Amino acid sequence: MFRFILGKLAYLVPTFIGITIVAFGFVRVLPGDPVLLMAGERGLPPERYKELLAQLGFDKPIWQQYLGFLGRLLHGDFGISLVTKKPVLSEFFTLFPATLELAISAMILATLVGLPLGIFAAIRRGSWFDQISMTGALVGFSMPIFWWGLLLIIFFSGILGWTPVSGRISLVYYFPSVTGFMLIDSLLSGQKGAFASALSHMILPTIVLATIPMAVIARQARSAMLEVLGEDYVRTARAKGLSPLRVVGLHALRNALIPVVTTIGLQVGTLMGGAILTESIFSWPGIGKAMVDSISRRDYPSVQGGLMIIAGIVMVVNLIVDLLYGLINPRIRHR
Amino acid sequence: MKYFTRLATGLIMAGLLGGAAGAKTLVFCSEGSPEGFDPAPYTSGTTHDASAKAIYNRLVEFAPGTTNVVPGLAESWEVSADGKEYTFHLRKGVKFHTTDFFTPTRDFNADDVVFSFNRQAKADDPWNKYIEGITYEYYSGMELNVVIKDVVKVDDNTVKFVLSRAEAPFLADLAMAFASIGSKEYADGLMAAGKAADFNNAPIGTGPFQFVAYQKDAVIRYKANADYWGGKPKIDDLVFAITTDAAVRVQKLKAGECNIMPYPTPADIAGLKSDTNLQVLEQAGLNVAYLAYNAAVAPFDNPKVRKALNMAINKQAIIDAVFQGTGQVAKNPIPPTMWSYNDAVKDDPYDPEAAKKMLEEAGVKDLSMKIWAMPVQRPYMPNAQRTAELIQADFAKIGVKVEIVSYEWGEYLKKSTELKRDGAVILGWTGDNGDPDNFLGVLLGCAGAVDGGSNRAHWCNKDFEDLIQKAKVTADQAERTKLYEQAQVVFKEQAPWATLDHSTVFMPMGKNVTGYVMDPLGLHDFSTVDITE
Repeated sequence: MFRFILGKLAYLVPTFIGITIVAFGFVRVLPGDPVLLMAGERGLPPERYKELLAQLGFDKPIWQQYLGFLGRLLHGDFGISLVTKKPVLSEFFTLFPATLELAISAMILATLVGLPLGIFAAIRRGSWFDQISMTGALVGFSMPIFWWGLLLIIFFSGILGWTPVSGRISLVYYFPSVTGFMLIDSLLSGQKGAFASALSHMILPTIVLATIPMAVIARQARSAMLEVLGEDYVRTARAKGLSPLRVVGLHALRNALIPVVTTIGLQVGTLMGGAILTESIFSWPGIGKAMVDSISRRDYPSVQGGLMIIAGIVMVVNLIVDLLYGLINPRIRHR
Repeated sequence: MKYFTRLATGLIMAGLLGGAAGAKTLVFCSEGSPEGFDPAPYTSGTTHDASAKAIYNRLVEFAPGTTNVVPGLAESWEVSADGKEYTFHLRKGVKFHTTDFFTPTRDFNADDVVFSFNRQAKADDPWNKYIEGITYEYYSGMELNVVIKDVVKVDDNTVKFVLSRAEAPFLADLAMAFASIGSKEYADGLMAAGKAADFNNAPIGTGPFQFVAYQKDAVIRYKANADYWGGKPKIDDLVFAITTDAAVRVQKLKAGECNIMPYPTPADIAGLKSDTNLQVLEQAGLNVAYLAYNAAVAPFDNPKVRKALNMAINKQAIIDAVFQGTGQVAKNPIPPTMWSYNDAVKDDPYDPEAAKKMLEEAGVKDLSMKIWAMPVQRPYMPNAQRTAELIQADFAKIGVKVEIVSYEWGEYLKKSTELKRDGAVILGWTGDNGDPDNFLGVLLGCAGAVDGGSNRAHWCNKDFEDLIQKAKVTADQAERTKLYEQAQVVFKEQAPWATLDHSTVFMPMGKNVTGYVMDPLGLHDFSTVDITE
């Protein structure tokens, strides 16, 4: 077991280096630089331009800049944002809870709706329910997020006035951020109506962010279920005279869930991508929106630091999952 | 810890305010997050709205709705005969904000003024680099690093600026956001406590509103400064709800989640105007969009060629198609709302036939050229690509072939300054301080006609240059007006640009918002606003 863990940890080193190169190189491949964007229409005299580049350290050869970045990273220094002049790490973790809160609620919604939808569609294969839900899933999967979000805002917030347009909570509520999760903080604040307000602000962004994962989960659940329903042991269970509920609920579902759970895990990546658009539409102060802003301002430290933190989180989560697999399944451990 | 104390106090306050009957809150759906709350190191209007306009004052101010300079923290001033010494007499009894993180022990005085300028001017000032990587681009952009020789405290209520040369736009420069006056007492305290960066996070000023809290990328909260020397604002609380998407801002305004919003897209204007709960204020923007030929390259070094091309452009068609009518055709390089605008100048008529003939006369045949179209929307130009296409079609009518090119915005700004640039470039400008020199000098002066300079036409004309240089050191505004009027005549004859448009700026707000005055310089000021029930 110890060797297994060590082996897994050893894998992290090349992965880490690879990610640093991508994170560092990504923003620098884009044309333009932060100094030019800051100068705007006025422009900068060439000497001043060089001076500012030098001050930011962007005049050094690219490999030197990279090694400097790597060195500081190993000391836990993620750099200072060029725009706000604040440490990237603290800026990131100020915003991260907002993204996490939205992602978790979207995942819950996607699973709660997508899973039963897929399962029932499989059981009633070919029925109108199957047709409609799978057409819906296809539409959901191909939905342009920005358009979809705006459409929901205009309809539910604009025309019907049921939900708030954007933000995390009504502006009349104002309390200290304890956990960074608005649902929890609003409860802790003890202010009347705060929780309801926070919840109502989550409805539309959650739906928008959940749309694609929901569609993927529904389709995956359907095909996994169909596969399992064709297996011999299901036929045996039916032949034994078990009730359809027991056959599906006990025998088929448990086996069908394995690939679905993997899919749900993989959707975390989709959620991060979706968060960028969803947060931008709903003025949701999370890391997705902040990354877009940083990229458009060529805020190199914020972009590379942010990417490193996200990659770091994914790496740690993957490591934990790998180790857990090893614990559960000895075959993986000894391979 | 202090952060939490601040928030906790804010919480109690919010509770009190919530309980107080009739507390008036104005919500402004702002277009982006401020970079910080110290106005000096930043150049964006978004940041200056959140800092300079709300929290701070300057020695002199722009009178609301105009670019006229009026007394601010200085009650009066004298200028020496040679124009090189400005003596300011400071307003007495002005209080800095009292908040839960700072209580001033003295009134505003000359030390605060000296501090606020020296930190930008002097590299060895302890506040010059109080945050890593900070620079003062506006201060040097307005050339104050060259112009200001010294800032001297004469006594507690008198400050003297010694200049290296006479500089007519100097007072207007001092009314700009970067010249905001901060508290030296607050700064000293922060420095001693090792918390210098808080100067940028928890600002203290003398302005109409005081800072309460900022939740990054979400909300900025202010409350009215009850002791404001200009009179307490009529609203009690001011909230910036940061909403980056223009379409979402419109929805928020319609749903009543905010009272006022900036920068609607031209396409939304009609819908906003027809909403009976809303009103839409509008004002001619202090801006210009232009097509700058490269006068350093043949055949565009010939004024006749440039003039002929200008006559081929149907500018009204651009206003109709790109601005949906919400702008006006430009004939001068400065906007009509600016003093010294020469209305007597006649624009080149739209006349493709005459243009064609003129090109032939200039000996130019089978001309093909590039037109650069910006990749981004700017206040003076909502869609450069479309504009370029319209000009392309216009030029085709006189037999000139056009290839439209574009680059990423930062690249565009840089490459367009190159002396050997191939093609005419679409760009524009929004005024900083309402002074004509800020347009004519910056955009068309010889100093800018170099690689990296802001004169994208690379046009350096002796007659024009003499006029604007003379105007820059002349104190008398009537005399300056005459010089600038002449300069505009030279500009039109020489045609280094096709002047395209001045856009109209719109400010949609609820019907119950009163007293809002639009700022020609494009910033947003809420000190005069009220909300009726």
